[in-house]
Amino acid sequence: MKDAQMRTPMRRVRGMGAAHTGTKDFWHQRVTSVAGIPLTIALIVIAIALLGRSHAAAVQILGSPIVAIIMLLFIVNIVYHMWIGMQEIIVDYVHEDKLKLAALMGNTFFCFGIAFASAFAILKLSFGV
Amino acid sequence: MVEFTLPKNSKITEGKAWPRTAHATNVTEFKVYRWNPDDGQNPHVDTYQVDRDDCGPMVLDALIWIKNNIDPTLTFRRSCREGVCGSCAMNIDGSNTLACTKAMDDAKAPLKIYPLPHQPVVKDLVPDLKNFYAQYGSIEPWLHTTTATPEKEWKQSREDRAKLDGMYECILCACCSTSCPSYWWNSDRYLGPAALLQANRWVQDSRDEATGERLDNLEDPFRLYRCHTIMNCSKACPKGLNPAKEIATLKKAMVDRQA
Repeated sequence: MKDAQMRTPMRRVRGMGAAHTGTKDFWHQRVTSVAGIPLTIALIVIAIALLGRSHAAAVQILGSPIVAIIMLLFIVNIVYHMWIGMQEIIVDYVHEDKLKLAALMGNTFFCFGIAFASAFAILKLSFGV
Repeated sequence: MVEFTLPKNSKITEGKAWPRTAHATNVTEFKVYRWNPDDGQNPHVDTYQVDRDDCGPMVLDALIWIKNNIDPTLTFRRSCREGVCGSCAMNIDGSNTLACTKAMDDAKAPLKIYPLPHQPVVKDLVPDLKNFYAQYGSIEPWLHTTTATPEKEWKQSREDRAKLDGMYECILCACCSTSCPSYWWNSDRYLGPAALLQANRWVQDSRDEATGERLDNLEDPFRLYRCHTIMNCSKACPKGLNPAKEIATLKKAMVDRQA
């Protein structure tokens, strides 16, 4: 008989106890969804405004303070939302410990990479360095 | 990883087609999952012709009729035959429900009868619910108090009593939990809709003095937060309860006590 089968069902259910976390991620997922509504609408408006413009005009629009701030907020919000969401999916489906930790790490690295690269692009347009 | 296919020894094969009984004219065809732990064979689906002129209207009537008239080895749980005990929960025509309250005519013929999904099978339509019951036990479904027990009774207002409506009716048939994909993938750590509905039944009970400890024990990425509001639980519940709503109430309590 395998070790796991010799343990009582209650031992297996109680396991290592409650982790006392999860509410923060749950709540932040809701906050970023709500924030995502106006930010996504604003992004669509900005994208439409860029249609057919020359490169110089597009750079000018994207570099203007209000647009740049909206774009930065959009990126931070959507990447944080994506990070939590992907983490949920990994935890749902990947059960093997090492693979799970690697996937969670990969998720974090990817999200930070995307966020910093996008923010850098916008700041570069704003400050023209 | 999550297993999306059945293991080799669980692959279902075509079973025996039992002939219709003599004099049966008005028949309904049943395709029933069979598995015997002792014969070393894969599960198979047997076909039966149920004589509707000799049998009650419910799916459970038909299963009992098959056991009495065709195949006495057919194994299933049943007791109250009126939707109170929860013993005859099974997958009928693709959804989990109680065989005793599901009318044959409300399902498409041939009626496909399987055990509750994603649980170990003991035999035929009998699932092993040890883990499910332990999860119910783990939420400690009894009144927790430190105040000395009153001489007569713990008092509760009518309004507070009404808050338990929609939860106290749960019969623990496991239809909801075994219809939940999150429970399929993570039933070792996710408590599932039935245990969480019961947990909320005690969190909401105005007489209970351990609300905080109860919430502490649920505050876990797996125990509570594997619920992704898929709502299969509420769709499946044969008692018309709404476990998804009760889980949402628990999550709200978690946020409320922080903000």
